[in-house]
Amino acid sequence: MTTKISILIVDDEESVRDSLYNWFIDDGYLVDRAENAKQALSILESKNFDIILADIKMPGMDGMELHRRIRSLNKDSIVIIMTAFASVATAVQALKDGAYDYITKPFDPDDLSHLIRNAASQISLKSENEALRNKVVSLENVEDIIGNSQAMIKVLKEVEKVAQSNSPVIITGESGTGKELIAKAIHSNSPRKYFPLVSVHCGALTESLLESELFGHEKGAFTGAMFNRKGRFEMADGGTIFLDEIATISAKMQVELLRVLESKTFVRVGGNKEITSDFRVICATNKDLKKMVENGTFREDLFYRLNVVNIIVPPLRERIEDIPILVNYFINKYCTSMSRDIIAIDPGVLKRLGEYDYQGNVRELENMIERAIVIGNDKEIRLKDLPIEKNIISNSIESLDDLEKKHVLQILNRYNWNISRTAKALKVDRVTLYNKIKKYGLEPSK
Amino acid sequence: MNKQSILLISHGLFEKDFLEKIATEVAREFLLAVNIEESHIDMSEFYDPNRRQYDGNKLLIEIDSMPSSEIVKKVGLFRVDLFIPILTYIFGQAAFKGSTGIASLYRLRNEQYGMKKDDTLLLNRFAKVVIHELGHTFGLIHCHIPTCVMRSSTYVEDIDQKDIHFCLRCQTELKRKQMERKKYYKGK
Repeated sequence: MTTKISILIVDDEESVRDSLYNWFIDDGYLVDRAENAKQALSILESKNFDIILADIKMPGMDGMELHRRIRSLNKDSIVIIMTAFASVATAVQALKDGAYDYITKPFDPDDLSHLIRNAASQISLKSENEALRNKVVSLENVEDIIGNSQAMIKVLKEVEKVAQSNSPVIITGESGTGKELIAKAIHSNSPRKYFPLVSVHCGALTESLLESELFGHEKGAFTGAMFNRKGRFEMADGGTIFLDEIATISAKMQVELLRVLESKTFVRVGGNKEITSDFRVICATNKDLKKMVENGTFREDLFYRLNVVNIIVPPLRERIEDIPILVNYFINKYCTSMSRDIIAIDPGVLKRLGEYDYQGNVRELENMIERAIVIGNDKEIRLKDLPIEKNIISNSIESLDDLEKKHVLQILNRYNWNISRTAKALKVDRVTLYNKIKKYGLEPSK
Repeated sequence: MNKQSILLISHGLFEKDFLEKIATEVAREFLLAVNIEESHIDMSEFYDPNRRQYDGNKLLIEIDSMPSSEIVKKVGLFRVDLFIPILTYIFGQAAFKGSTGIASLYRLRNEQYGMKKDDTLLLNRFAKVVIHELGHTFGLIHCHIPTCVMRSSTYVEDIDQKDIHFCLRCQTELKRKQMERKKYYKGK
C-alpha cells in the first residue's frame, strides 16, 4: 500500500473494538476506536477516515443514526454496518440509505478480509484515478525483478501496460527466466492487488487431485470433511490465478478449464450451489503452445482464450549486461538471509560469470552465487567457488578449430545471430565473422 | 537469561519431535535461541459452550501472564479450536509489538477437510502460523507479497500458498526491529 487506509471502529463492546483494532493493525491500516456514536462524531470533526465500521446496536445513538449524521456531514467515508443475525433487516435498510455494506457478527475471517479489501480497492482506485491524470504509472513491488537491460525494460513496460487490464496473459520463457516473478509483478500492479494471487503448479497435480484443488469441496462432501474447503478459483475471487506449466494439463482438464474460464462459475465437490468467482488468469509455460495446437496436444479454443497478451521473458544470454547487477542482488540477498557481512566479488570473476552459458538462466546464476557464499571464505567470491571452470577443463582435449567453432556459435546464439553485436563481442570485423560462419558451416538453431 | 530468545509453550499432547522441528524452523527465521516448555492449564476455563470453541483472547492473556523475562517472546501452542468474539475462528493471534502470541493446529490438519493425513504439511503449516504470529510481536504487519510468511491467511489453503520464510523486505524490517529492541534493553 502506498498510502495507508484509515479505519474508525465504533462499537460499545470493548472486546469487539480491541479484536478489530488488532486485526486491522496487523494489516497495516491506521486505526482509531470510538465506544459510541457521539464519540465517533466528535473524532470525525477533526479527522477523516476512509472506512467507518459501526455497530448497529449501541446505547444512545444507534449505527443507523450515526450513518445518517455522517452522510449529512458530507464525509467521503465508506460506512460498513456490523450487525447480529436479529438485526439483518435493519442493516438492509442501512444499505438502502447508502451504507457500503453490512457484515454479520461473528465474522468469518475471510468475509471480513474480503469486505475490507473491496473497500480499500475502491478507495485506492479513486485516488489512483486522480494520480493517473498527472503522472505515468510506475511499477510497485518489482524488487525481485532485477535488471536494466533493454530486454528487461521492454518486459517491464509490457507488464506496466497489461497490469491495468483484465485480459488473460501467457508468459513464455525458458526455465529459470523468472516467469512467476512477472506474474507477481502484473498482479501487484493491477487494480486486483488487494486480493490474492493464487498460484497453481499444474505440472505437480494429478488429474484426480485437480478437481478438489481447483474447485474445493463442501463440508461433509466425504467422510471426515468437517469444514468447507475453498478451491483455487474461489480463493482467487477478486484477484488473479496463476497457472504455471499450463502445457502439462491433460486433455480432460483443458476442457474443464475452458468451461470455467468462459463462465467464471463452478460447483464445489459435494455441493450444488453454483459459485461465481471474478478472477484474472495468467499462465506460464516454457513450451511452444502454438506448436502444441498444431500437433493437436493443446486445444485451439483454450489457446486463443488464454493467449490475449503474450509476454516473452528473455533468457539470460540475451541480457548479459544484467549479470553484474543480478550477482550483486543475490550476494546481498543470501548474505542477509545467512546473517553474514556482504561479501565482495573480484571483477575478473564477474567477467567470467558474464561469459558463462547459463542453461538454467537466472535460477542457475542464483544457485551458483548461493553455493559460492556457502562454501566460500566469507570475504569474497573466488573463481574456485564457482562451478564454471570445469567446463573449460573438460573441453581441453578438443582441437583449436573445434573450440573456435563452439565459441563462435555460442556467442552468435547469445546475440540472437546479430552479426554486428557478435563481431563486436568477439573483437573481429563482420567479414571475419562471416568467414568463420562459412568455414564451420554454422546455422541458427531452429 | 539476558539474551533475547523465544519460548514455545505447548498445551496438550504434542510429540517432542514435532515441537523440536517447529523450534528449528522458528530459530532459523529469527536467528534466536528457541526453548520449549510444557504447560498444563485448565482449558475448561477458556471453553465457550455456546461457540464450542476456546477463547483466544483469554488464552493470550493467560500466556502473557506466565512469568518470564521481558526480553523473551512467548507463543502458546494449542490443539483446540480457537475463536475471538468477533471472528468465527482464528489460526493464531499475537499482541502487536508485544511479547506474546498463540497458535493452534486444530484447523490446520488435513483430516478436518476430509483430506488424507499429512504430517509434513501439518508441520509446515503450523510453523508458518507460529512464525507469522511471532512476526507480529516484533512489529511486522501483514505483507502484500504473496509468498511472504507475513501474508495474511484466512483459509488453510492461503497458508499453503505462502513460503515459510520472510520476504527480503520483511526480513530487513525484522532485523531493524530486533536491533532497536537490543539497543532498548541494553540502555535499560
